Parts: sequence; structure tokens; C-alpha cells
Amino acid sequence: MQFMLLFSRQGKLRLQKWYVPLSDKEKKKITRELVQTVLARKPKMCSFLEWRDLKVVYKRYASLYFCCAIEEQDNELITLEIIHRYVELLDKYFGSVCELDIIFNFEKAYFILDEFLLGGEAQETSKKTVLKAIEQADLLQEVRPHHLESYPDYDCCHKEALLEVKLVLEHN
Amino acid sequence: MALKIVKGSIDRMFDKNLQDLVRGIRNHKEDEAKYISTCIDEIKQELKQDNIAVKANAVCKLTYLQMLGYDVSWAAFNIVEVMSSSKFTYKRIGYLAASQCFHESTDVIMLTTNQIRKDLSSPNQYDTGVALTGLSCFVTPDLARDLANDIMTLMSHTKPYIRKKAVLIMYKVFLKYPESLRPAFPRLKEKLEDPDPGVQSAAVNVICELARRNPKNYLSLAPLFFKLMTSSTNNWVLIKIIKLFGALTPLEPRLGKKLIEPLTNLIHSTSAMSLLYECVNTVIAGHDVNGSPFLPPFSLALFLFLRFQLCVQKLRILIEDSDQNLKYLGLLAMSKILKTHPKSVQSHKDLILQCLDDKDESIRLRALDLLYGMVSKKNLMEIVKKLMLHVDKAEGTTYRDELLTKIIDICSQSNYQYITNFEWYISILVELTRLEGTRHGHLIASQMLDVAIRVKAIRVFAVAQMATLLDNAHLMTGNVQRKGICEVLYAAAWICGEFSEHLENPMQTLEAMLRPKVATLPGHIQAVYVQNAAKLFATLLKNQEGNTDRTAAQETSQLMIDRLPLFVQSANLEVQERASCILQLVKYIQKLQQKDVEVAEEVIALFAGELNPVAPKAQKKVPVPEGLDLDAWINEPPSESESEDEQPKAIFAKEEPKHSRARHTEVDEKELAKRREARKQEQANNPFYIKASPSSQKVYQEAPGVEHIPVVQIDLSVPLKVPGLPMSDQYVKLEEERRQKERVEKKKKEKKKRKEKRGGRGKKHDSGPESEEDITPAHMVDIVTEEMPENALPSDDDDKDPNDPHKALDIDLDKPLADSEKLPVRSHRAAEALKSPAEDGDAESPASQEPKKKSSKEKREKKKDKDGDRKVSVKNGNPTRETALWMYIYGDKKSSKHKKKKQKREKEEKEKKKKKKHHHHHHHSDGGGEESVQNGTVEEEEPLPVSVCHQSFTEIDIQGNLQDGSQVVVSVIFENKCDNFLKTMEFNVLDSLNSKLQRPEGSGPHDGLSVPFQLPPGVSNEARFVFTMQSIVMPQKLKGTLTFIIKDSSTHEKLDFKLHFTCSSYLITTPCYSDAFAKLLESGDLKCSSVRLEGVNMPFHHLLARICFHHHFSVVERIDSCASMYSRSIQGHHVCLLVKTSGQTVSIDAKCDEPTLLGNVLDEIKQTFSQC
Repeated sequence: MQFMLLFSRQGKLRLQKWYVPLSDKEKKKITRELVQTVLARKPKMCSFLEWRDLKVVYKRYASLYFCCAIEEQDNELITLEIIHRYVELLDKYFGSVCELDIIFNFEKAYFILDEFLLGGEAQETSKKTVLKAIEQADLLQEVRPHHLESYPDYDCCHKEALLEVKLVLEHN
Repeated sequence: MALKIVKGSIDRMFDKNLQDLVRGIRNHKEDEAKYISTCIDEIKQELKQDNIAVKANAVCKLTYLQMLGYDVSWAAFNIVEVMSSSKFTYKRIGYLAASQCFHESTDVIMLTTNQIRKDLSSPNQYDTGVALTGLSCFVTPDLARDLANDIMTLMSHTKPYIRKKAVLIMYKVFLKYPESLRPAFPRLKEKLEDPDPGVQSAAVNVICELARRNPKNYLSLAPLFFKLMTSSTNNWVLIKIIKLFGALTPLEPRLGKKLIEPLTNLIHSTSAMSLLYECVNTVIAGHDVNGSPFLPPFSLALFLFLRFQLCVQKLRILIEDSDQNLKYLGLLAMSKILKTHPKSVQSHKDLILQCLDDKDESIRLRALDLLYGMVSKKNLMEIVKKLMLHVDKAEGTTYRDELLTKIIDICSQSNYQYITNFEWYISILVELTRLEGTRHGHLIASQMLDVAIRVKAIRVFAVAQMATLLDNAHLMTGNVQRKGICEVLYAAAWICGEFSEHLENPMQTLEAMLRPKVATLPGHIQAVYVQNAAKLFATLLKNQEGNTDRTAAQETSQLMIDRLPLFVQSANLEVQERASCILQLVKYIQKLQQKDVEVAEEVIALFAGELNPVAPKAQKKVPVPEGLDLDAWINEPPSESESEDEQPKAIFAKEEPKHSRARHTEVDEKELAKRREARKQEQANNPFYIKASPSSQKVYQEAPGVEHIPVVQIDLSVPLKVPGLPMSDQYVKLEEERRQKERVEKKKKEKKKRKEKRGGRGKKHDSGPESEEDITPAHMVDIVTEEMPENALPSDDDDKDPNDPHKALDIDLDKPLADSEKLPVRSHRAAEALKSPAEDGDAESPASQEPKKKSSKEKREKKKDKDGDRKVSVKNGNPTRETALWMYIYGDKKSSKHKKKKQKREKEEKEKKKKKKHHHHHHHSDGGGEESVQNGTVEEEEPLPVSVCHQSFTEIDIQGNLQDGSQVVVSVIFENKCDNFLKTMEFNVLDSLNSKLQRPEGSGPHDGLSVPFQLPPGVSNEARFVFTMQSIVMPQKLKGTLTFIIKDSSTHEKLDFKLHFTCSSYLITTPCYSDAFAKLLESGDLKCSSVRLEGVNMPFHHLLARICFHHHFSVVERIDSCASMYSRSIQGHHVCLLVKTSGQTVSIDAKCDEPTLLGNVLDEIKQTFSQC
């Protein structure tokens, strides 16, 4: 995997992880371009697109888009699986995760991602092991994560749980 | 003062944390930039404080701002501070910030090395984990080099949590510091069998990624992976393994055979679509390969085909799935099959056509790609009709343009192979011109021109259509949006002019072409209009002069004279020039007409002659007339003084000017004549030289000329315009009717035939689908072939580049070897070279210098001999290539030495002592004969760490001879240095897939070869072994063992060694002249690369000599501190170097047609100099 981006329906970047060395300028350009392209696609379109010499795999969960760039020979479906696995991990950790959790605890979201992927490769396929590692590490930490109740002044669209909506979509 | 402290702590209480920042940004939507700049000021203040908690908070906020796109590089040092906090909470934030903000050019990274090393060895596994994670994001070559060993140690950590991370990060380390791969690989391999599944899958991941890039180095792991594949149930791991096998099978087709069964099982059993997709993809790729060079036995092929069909079936299921993703991937995989098995895809035409209606544009585009390969004579019209419907429906211009190009691609592919009715095609093209806002007007235009020129029978029809287009030109030019399409008018005007004799109403067309509106068209189109108006005018004159009424002709002239001035005023030079020229001509014609002179014939003569299409390669094929020597000087070469001024073309961009032509001036007239004669002789004997022989002329004449092809006139019974229906549809209908009729007639005939013996068989046959061959074209359509010059040789090697090195290898290899071609047996010169330092017992450097010179001299002499040989063999028409190949052995420092030590311990005490001493001091010469010899080996030029490998009684030296592109002969000199008699020696090498030891027939692949002699003490003898190499672009290391029996003790002894085939050893010193060299470089086929050597402290000519000697180059030219060098590999790759020196820096620019080979050779050169 070359990089992973999380952005909102409004095109706001929520998380970025780059597994290839690129200059800041290049990163910004890619982000802008991809966010535009992905947001322009219609909801029923497939999750893959060819972009430069890479393949982009994206998936929308409630108000958030998860978007990964992979190489030519990589497997698109397993990348979707990785995205979904990550959402599940976030969900387990935050308890019915929503966009706001990721905004306000963005460092936590990174820590979870880092336990799951390393250098662009899946590091641990067992959800349990990942969560255990995060919990253990959190025990060493003094600051607790903030929870939904702590941001009352936000619109409900940001509070939509990512994963439940996903399940509904699957049933359609 | 006290107040200040209190105030400071209160401030801290009110410090913004990340959540406040996020909220604040949200609340300041209007003036976000301003708000953030105050925040950044605050952060700067916070960073100045000593409290690490405050700093960490500030860094955390900075990480967030970085994501929003703000520059935070100024805080890099503060991030390092937070990283080095002893508290995990802060360390974690510091590493996160570093992994998000640092990149290779961040200079503070240098400061982190020790901190990271400390964290890596921390007793807290989460400290280590966080450091590893961070490192994976910002590892630089320096960090990789400094920390590689620490990370490698972590691969064997007790905690799987650390092992797994360490294994994964090794991949990043390899990328940044490739030298670490070899030492780390054994441990990485071990991890494939780690008890923890996470670690195991990490190792699979890393090796799979490595192998995808360089599969051939990992072939030896295939059995291990095969075991993993059959035992693993983890889909993530399975996908990686299957992907890895996908990369390996092209190199080892036998693998494909083994894989078929487990893959088929997986395809049948798995419920995971991702795994299924991976399997199917691999089978497709594997099938492709198995089909080609290594044809499996028939039954296997059939088996593979059935599996393959299974995949295609599975793909169909994917495409039919309601999930858009699966549909897309199914089509994607289909397009891979299409390249190799168009038939398999064709049966799913219905499905693919359905996908054209999909709402998802990406799926439609994929389906379009597939259609290209699916058309046949039978279904072309139907498919294109469907596509035309889509063109009408399509909303976005991009998709419509894509459709348009696809339609044209599909129709024109393989020289219009599938078009049975060109009238239909022209109508399609005309219909396409109605498209709004397409960018592809020129594409349509070029198709119109191509068809009209090459299909003679269609000209009448095409001209009529084009005339209509010209008449309605206003439809195309009126709208600004339609700019692109007016290109079509270019074609229309040209066709109407060129083939004006077919025009029904030339006068009307002429008027259409001279309308004032034409002046709004782009210049190049106007120019064509003007020129073709003149052609039309000529035709008109001819027609009108035939009549009795002369006024018509005069009126035509008047029309021209009236309208042309408009174009004479054009701002476009081309238009203006042509218009004024033609205007004057017409005025002159008018004058003649007024005198009742018939001018039509003369005017027609202006445009006489047919324009035929010319083949793209025609020019190259013009044969050189006999007696014309293109290489001979036309004028005497300029004198020496003049040539001083002449600057030869720069070979490499940065080259300084040099003076090289002087050589030619010394050649006198006699010498020239002699050379010319010799060249002719050589050409006569050269099978690759195209000769102007009378036989070739005959061949050409026998071929029927264009004029003799029977052209059937088309009966234009088809109405040109059908109200209400697009014209092309009419053709589809007519075509169907025609085919129907044909079928009925055929049936009738068949019935007649079968009248006597009528059976059930007949009926079955009738209802059967019509096959491709049954469709006859609507009318005889001749596609005019492109013209070739007279005397052109019908040769196949058009596409071959004369510089193509493989051309030189086009040698009959089946011929038995002639005596003159046999490989020369080399004397023991290398052994001599090795001995000399031993005898001297001298200090290393001077001692080693001497033998090197000696052997290089020897080598040069050898070379001369060989060059002589080569000339002889070329004359025989069967050139061979020979050279000496240097190889060396070195022991695997760790493993083999220890093993040996153990062995020894069991044997005798005396030996053991020696061994130990040897182990500790193997880099010092301490007087003992053996050691210094070993040092001699170390010193002996070889670039890689050469360590003592041999036991004290056997001296092995290897030299090789090469013959043809794939065989390498290795000569091994065995020298017995102990006091015992050695016998029953057996030499064995572990084959890799790329290189194999040739064994006598009947022996197994792992059998050793017995050395055909015994060795008394102190005696040496030589044995030769043949290796077969497939690829020579990478250096090779082969492990081997030598077993032998010591006569007195009659114990079996084993000696491990490694054969190192460097890339330089595949190069042959080949002389090259500067002009040939320049030509080679200009050809543009070579890839560039360069290397810099620092601190080389030797005279330039020594440096060149070193490159020549160690890497088998020859100097092409040398000017002051700059030289060009050339060499050639046994497989004919050209390698060119430009070596420049200034002070202690040497820069080498290199070019080669094989980038991998070049890279390796450069690495080896670098190593040669890094050792001195």
C-alpha cells in the first residue's frame, strides 16, 4: 500500500498515512486530486479507479471516505478488506465509532492504524491481538480518549456511527 | 518574580489541548488562517517551556495542523525532544509527529539515531514498538545502515509483538540499504517458520514483496512456500503466497504444474472473493506462460485449459454479480485473458455488451476495452451499431470520445480485417461527424482518407458522401463547440478533389468549396480547399470542353477568378501562396479560353498520376545501387589542421570537446582502395548485408502490380439517404438480407447435392450457426497494399534495429564445433599470481600490485591471440565468442568457517591450533605460508569480502571460459597443500534456477562430478566444469562442496565453497572504434546510469587499467582526464562508460541496453575502488 487517506464528505482530510517518501508538496497535490476524484463519483459506482499508475480503492462509511492507493499487482479486494478491518478496529476501540471520535482523538486513530499496518503491509490480522496491544499501550499512557459526550456542539451527521451504516448498505 | 511563576502555571492550566484546537478551528470558520496563526504563536511559546508535558501537547497540536496542510518543519527539533522523553505517553506522541512530519531531507533525523537505538533496546516492548513504527515511516539510508543490525537482532526477540514489527520493517531497511539484504536474509527465511502466525505472515509479506521485484532470486524458496500454502488457512497469507507464486511461475514453468491442484482446490472451496480473485489471476497469468515457450505435454496442456476454463467461468460469475466491485474486477481479469485467449472471452459477448449499459462509467470503460478483442466479421456491424446507440446516449464528452475512438479502433484493427462492407464503414464515419464537441475530428478524417485511398472500390461512394459533407459544411463550422470536427472537412475536400472524376455534380462541389464561409476555417484546411478546388477545376474543364458549348468552361474559370481573391488575402501563408499561384494560373487559362484554345488536357496534367499509400518502412528498403559505396569518401577528408577545429558530437551530455578525427587523415589513396576492396569482400560474405542481386528483382516483378488487381465496380443500388433512419443502420439491414439470401442460396445448393442421399444430417447442418468463413464480403474489396520501392527485398528483419546486439547472436548453434572454435585451455597463470606474494612473504600492498600487473599483461596477450581467432571464425561464417572469466571462491564467513572448526576439533590437535590462529588473525600475514597465500587471495582484486575458505591443503582458483550466450566453462585449479595424498575428489554445486552445472547424461540433478585425478602433496592440477546460465544481468553465487578422501587416514573430508560469478565476469573485452561507439550511443537504445567514486588516489591511467583488467573494458578514446570505454557481455549487451576524473573524485557515466546488468557492473566497479 502506498498511502491511506481518510476524508469527510466535505473533502476535509481526517487522517493521512504515507508509506512512500514524498515531499509535502506532492502529498498535498495527490490529496487534493484524489479527494476531488473520489467525491465526484456517484454512490453506486465501484470502489476502484485507476489513477496515475496506481489503483485507488475507496469506501465510504457514513460521513467518512477511506481511500487507499495500491500498486498494479496488488489485490483490490483484500485492500477493501483492510479498510473494513480498520473501521472495525476503530469501532471496537471507540465503541460505535463516528467521525468526531476520529477528529478529536486523531492520534489514537493513528496508533490503531500503526498497530494494524506497518510500512503499508498488514501487520496483524487478528483483531483481538491488535486491540490488546493498543490497550496495553494505553495502560502506560496517562491521557484517556475523549468520548462522544464530550462534543455536544456538533451536527448529528458527524456522529453517525460508521459501521452501522455500512451494515445497512450491505443488506441493500 | 514570584508573580511571574504563578502566572506561568495559570497559563499552563489554560493551555489549549488538541480538542480545544479542533473546536477553535471550527468556531473560527470565517478567519481560520488568522486563528491558526495565533495558535501557532501559542505553540511556539509552549515549545519554549521546559515542561515536557506542555511540549508534547504542543507537538500533538502541530501534528494536527500538519494534516491540515500547515508547514511545521520548523518544529522538527522539538519533535525530537518529545521523542526522547522517557515517558511513554510523550514518546508516543513524539514518534507519531515524527512519522507524519519527517522525510528524508529533514536534517534533524541524523540526531535521532542514538535515541532510536536506545528505544529499540528498551525493556518495554511498547517503547520498542513505537520506535519501529515510527522508523518505518521516516527511515533514511543512513538510519537504515546504522540501525540494520539492531533491527535484525530484534527479529529474534522473545516477544512476537516485536519480532513481527522487526520483520516488516526490514523490508523498508532493504529498500534504503540494499547491502543489508544478504546478511539479514537467512534470519528472515527462518521467520517463515516462526511459531507465531503473525510473525510468519509478516515474513511471507516481506519475502513476497521482495520476490515480486526480483523473482529469480527467490526461486529456491518455492518448496517452503508450497508447504506454507498447503498448510495455511489464513487468507491474508494465502493471497501473498499465491501472488508470490504468480511471480515465480514465469521463471519456472514446472511450478505452474504443481500449483494447479492446490489452486483449483482453493478456487472451488474458498468463500473469500479476494482469495478467489487472486487465484484466478494467477492461473490466468500462469496459463499465459505455460502456453508459450515451455510447452507442457499435451495432456497437461488440456488439463491446464480446463482449469483455465474454470477461471473464465468464475469470472463470468463475478461479472454477473450485482456487486459493482466484483463486476469491475471480473472485466479487468477478462481483459488479461483477452490478450492470450480471445476465443474464451468471445463466448461471453452477451455479458460484456450488457455491461455497456451499466450505470458505472468505470465498468463501461472496462467493457469497451474488452469489445476490441471480441469482434469478428460476423458481429462487427452489430457491435458497432450498439456502440453508436451509446454514443447518442452518452452524456459526458469524455466517455463519448472514448466510445468514438473505440469504434474506430475496433473497425480499423488489423488492416480493416473485420469490415465486409466499406460503404457501411464510411456511413459510420459520416455519422460520427455529427457528434457535438468531440476532440477526435482528425481521427475520423484520417480514417476517411485511409479508406478512400486504399479501398479503390469505395471511392465513388466515398466521394459522394464527402461532397454532401462539403455541402453541409456550415453544420460543422457554425458552432464554436464543434471546432474539433471541422478536421473532417480536410479529408472531405481532399477526397473530392483527388477523386473528382467520380463526382456526380462537380460544379456544385466546387462552389461549396469556394464559399466565403470557408475563410473561417483553420488555415491548413483552407489550404487543402484551395488546392483541391484547382483539381476540381481541372476535371470540370475536361468535362465541359467535351461539350460543344464553350461558355460553361469559361463560366467555371470566372467563378474561380471571382472567388480566389478571398483566399489570396488570407493571413495564412500557405493559403495565400497557393491561392495566388492558382489564381494566376486560372487567369492565364481564361486568356487561352478566350482565344478558343483547348487547355483541359494540360491543366489535367498538373494533377496527373495516382497517389498511392507508401509503407512506413519503404524508405529504409530502398536498395543501394550497385557500385555506390555509401561509406567511401566523396571528398578527401579534411587535412589535419582543419580537423582540429571540428568538434565531434558529444557522446555524453556533459562531455568536453575532444579531437579524434586525426586517424583518418593518415590513410592514403592506395590504402583506401585496398580497404574498399576488403569491405566489398566482407559484405559479399556477410549474410546480413543486403545485396542487390538479380534474383530479388525478379521476385518483385513476379508480384502482381496494383493495376492488375481486379476492381469490381459497385452497383450503387443502395439509396444514399433513407429518411428517418441513420444510414449505417440501413446497411446493417441490407447486409443481413444479403447474408440471408446467400445462406438460402447455399442451402439450395446443398439440398441439390444431397437430393439423392438425404438424411437427418442435412437438417442439423442447415440450422447450425453461420461460421466466420461463410460470410463473403458484399463486394470484392481490395485493400491497396502500401507501396514499397522497387527492388525492395522481402525481408522479415524490418523491425530489427541494426544496433540490436541480439542480431549478432543469430548464429547457428547446432553446428558441431570446428577445431578453430574450440575453447582455449588456459594455463595456471592465476595460480602463479597468487603464489608470488606467498613466496615473498612480503607486506601486502606492493606484493599484490605486482602480480596484478603481470597477469593483466598476460591477459592482454591472450586477448590478442583471441582476436586473431575470432577473425578466422568470422570468415568461416560461424563466429564464436571466447573470453576468460575470472571467478573466485569465498567462504561464508559465519557458517562454513564454524562448521569447519568443529570438524577440525574432532580431527587432530595440531590442525585445530592452526585453525584457531587462523580464525583470529586471518587478515594478518604472520609469516606462515598458508596464511599469506590466503592473504594473497584477499588482496587479489576481488571486490567482495573474501575470507579464508579453504582448509590448509587445497588451493582452489577458478577461471572460466565462455562460449556462446549461455554456457560458462569454469576451470578449477586444485592444489594440494597438505602433506597427505588426496583422492576420490568430488565436485558438486547446488544449482540455482538460473545457473546449472552440466552433468553427464543419466546422473541426477544433485550428483557431484568426480574430479578425474588424484593429488599427491604439493601438486596442483586443473579440472573444468561447464555451467549453463540463463540470465547474466545479475551476479550469481553458487554454493558448492568438494568432498575428498585423505589417503592415509581414509577419512571423508568436505570443503564448502562459493562460486561467485560477478557481472563483470560476463563482459568480454571487445575493441570498439570511436565512430562506432558514437553511433551506438546516439542510437538511443541505451539506458543511462552513473556513479561517483570519492577519494580515489591513483593516476588516471592506473585507474583505467584497473577497470580494463577487473571489468574487462577496453578504452575507446582517452583525452586528458577523460576516457570512454566499451565492453560487451557474452549475450551481446553493449556497455559504454565515460570516465572522468578531477582531483580524487572519479565520475563514471554509463550506458547499457540492460539497466540491471549496468547497475551491477557499476556496483562492482565501485567496489573495486572502494577496496584500494
